[in-house]
Amino acid sequence: MPSYSFTLNGRPVTVEAPADMPLLWVLRDLLHVTGPKYGCGVGVCRACTSHLDGEEFQPCVVKVKECADRTVTTIEGLADGDTLHPVQQAWIDCDVSQCGFCQPGQIMAAAALLKKTPEPSDADIDGIENVCRCGTYARIREAIKKAAADLRS
Amino acid sequence: MDGIESSAAPTGPAQDTGAPRRAVSRRRFMVYSLAASTLTVAAPLACDTSPAQGSEPARGPSDVLVTGADAEMLVLEVTHANRIVVRLPRVEVGQGITTAVAMMIAEELDARLADVDIPLADARTKGNQYTGGSNSVVSLYGPARRLAATARARLVTAAARRWHLPAWSLRTGNTMVIAPDGRTATFGSLSASAARIRRTAVSAEPKPASRHKLIGRPTTRIDARDIVTGKAQYTGDLSVAGAKPTVVARPPTLGGRLVSVDDRAARALPGVHAVVKVPGGVAVVAESFHHAFQARDALKIKWAPGPLASLSDAQIRSRLRAAVPHLGSPPHGSTQVEAEFEFAFVSHAPMEVLTAIADVRAHTAEIWFSSQTPTDARDSIASATGLPASAVTVHVLRGGGSFGRRLNFDAAIEAALISKAAHRPVKLMWSRGDDTRHGRMRPATHHRFRASHADGRVVAFSHAMAGVGESSADKGTANQAAFVRRPGRVQTAGPRPGDSGLYHFGRLSADAGGIELAIPLGAWRSVDSGMVRTAEEIVVDEIAGSLGKDPVAFRRTTLRSRSVKAVLDKVAAAGSWGRTMPDGHAQGVAVHEEYGSCVACLAEIDATDPKHPRVTKVVMAADVGTAVNPRGLEAQLMGTAVDGISTVLQAGLHIDRGAVREGSFADFQWARQRHAPLHFEAHIMPSAGEPGGAGELGVPAASGAVANAYARATGTRPRRFPLNF
Repeated sequence: MPSYSFTLNGRPVTVEAPADMPLLWVLRDLLHVTGPKYGCGVGVCRACTSHLDGEEFQPCVVKVKECADRTVTTIEGLADGDTLHPVQQAWIDCDVSQCGFCQPGQIMAAAALLKKTPEPSDADIDGIENVCRCGTYARIREAIKKAAADLRS
Repeated sequence: MDGIESSAAPTGPAQDTGAPRRAVSRRRFMVYSLAASTLTVAAPLACDTSPAQGSEPARGPSDVLVTGADAEMLVLEVTHANRIVVRLPRVEVGQGITTAVAMMIAEELDARLADVDIPLADARTKGNQYTGGSNSVVSLYGPARRLAATARARLVTAAARRWHLPAWSLRTGNTMVIAPDGRTATFGSLSASAARIRRTAVSAEPKPASRHKLIGRPTTRIDARDIVTGKAQYTGDLSVAGAKPTVVARPPTLGGRLVSVDDRAARALPGVHAVVKVPGGVAVVAESFHHAFQARDALKIKWAPGPLASLSDAQIRSRLRAAVPHLGSPPHGSTQVEAEFEFAFVSHAPMEVLTAIADVRAHTAEIWFSSQTPTDARDSIASATGLPASAVTVHVLRGGGSFGRRLNFDAAIEAALISKAAHRPVKLMWSRGDDTRHGRMRPATHHRFRASHADGRVVAFSHAMAGVGESSADKGTANQAAFVRRPGRVQTAGPRPGDSGLYHFGRLSADAGGIELAIPLGAWRSVDSGMVRTAEEIVVDEIAGSLGKDPVAFRRTTLRSRSVKAVLDKVAAAGSWGRTMPDGHAQGVAVHEEYGSCVACLAEIDATDPKHPRVTKVVMAADVGTAVNPRGLEAQLMGTAVDGISTVLQAGLHIDRGAVREGSFADFQWARQRHAPLHFEAHIMPSAGEPGGAGELGVPAASGAVANAYARATGTRPRRFPLNF
């Protein structure tokens, strides 16, 4: 079986996996990194949203071979040690989560948005496609705006 | 939830077979068993029983205080490490019950909220372990506070004895007892001696509401940090040794039957451990979910069409319409407002698809999954696997949403059958396609209303409906169908939730028919009220229109309950009812009363493009009696607003020749951020009354307000839901 090396949450990892294995299952089933969630497997619900070389991506539709020698960050790698990323802190401050299942993906999507767009408009926030079945969208919007302000200050 | 999440997750190397696989899970879940040298108190959870205080210990060594049978109890333990642990006989699926109970416990103990752990209890043999009917806070509010107040009294008494001080002179705070001279003792340090206290020297009664410091204060979820760091564990995140990823090939049609399977190609693929037939299809156990999906897709299966193969939406709708009983004759001389409504099937679609880990052995079974009905699940798993119920252990996990879906335990039974057939532990996951195409779903319904008015007043109100019922429960889940039909609701005083006893509408009449189809159905958040009350609130607007009255003014003069009028007034004022809106924009309003609570919703919509409307603003007001956690209540209302937007405007399931057309969130159009209100606010009415239910409360009001806003913005009469389908 081929072997792939990449950087995962700041650490080098090497896995033996079929080339076409979606990264989501490499993360969850082989590396036991379970923050990215399965919600559809077709890149639609975006519960698995993580970062590839700093950009938002959906590991359920990206093959492990496409991640070779690149940098993958999941929700587990977003904080700086015990210091939460401002988006994570805003999520707590606004008490965004309900069931919590989609929130790792929501947070990773929001962090990626703020990296590109430090002062997002409502239309920018509307562009986030991640599904929240509990309907926490209003608090997600509030938390993104709070995190944006915190990042600027 | 903190307790489960923070305990060490077993992540050792997974083993294919063999005995050691059980040890890991045991350690994981036995952490919270009663310790012999700590204070442990218990309160009965049945509705009509008294607190445990003063009862004689029923079991165990003398330094452990436990009353009654453990299986019936809400048990509180104070550990030597100064943790307050209450194993909760309910499931956390996002509704915030673990936080609400932690607040009740911390309030009465004067403990720090951060020192309280609320792990979920395994399935018990007796007692109320049902999560549903918006009943958890209602049923736990008394017992949880009495439990903690009893523990506090014993801890204070133990400290008084230790320090030879009068108990009345001692205070409690920050999970400690505090003496007048400033000495402190943590609850943990007092636990062993408190366990031996029989007669308390201070009151064991809960505080009056006027002294509440935590109950009623907006409080962040106790599991918030675990969630945002990815530590919160759902069933699929558990590593139970040897439990391999498992998926099931299912028929294209609902209830389709397996004719034959050629599994040679699938078995030849790398990483495939087992292929077994189950009632729902063909299961593949593999090294990863990638391997499992690949092998599933390599199965060559012949399916026979299911029993609905000749049916599509058009026929179902016409059969439902024909099954609606006739309305009686209207009062002589009255004017009629008539309307018919149709609601499509709706998926529960929790973000976490159904997932269950099962380890079925010759004489025992152990199951891990998120369940609203673990006691019933255990009995059904026992009968499906041929084991006595006492041999089946069900561990209850937090759920990634539910909305009623986890009242049923389809996946747990299926996982148990696969484990039994494959002779190995399995981690079964339904794909999103499985979840969308094979249910369960909110039943489709058809409603006929007639309101009769004379001299400016409604003198009669009639409603007749027909809904789809589930005709047979195959797949060995017979108990579940019965369960779905059992409403599981608490009888509360006041008008019943529908037909429309909320209003002074003269002579009321109601009738219901139905058709039976072999289709997997389930109770969906707010159950019948999601359709009945939504439709009624639309009719109320149309009556007001027929009488030339404003929707808010008309409701204010015809509502029976003062509490409902108060929440209506609140949203009308806070939401500036009647403000001028541009063309294509409008406000809509609706109210609802159920579970001993009431709610009003005002929605503003931009329907300049009627095919792509946007609800821009939602204002809700709720009176739920004492709101234990207003922040959690606001979250529940916010969720129901999105339920209303989704089910009224855009999200439903089509049936095409016996199959569900939709297969994921790509075509099951649940609201995204761009459909959600840009502005949401919730007003919690002050109340010192007993808590009412709140989790489902908002759905009909939000749905009705969205539909009424759409009607006013577009000048149309909404009749079929979802409107853009």
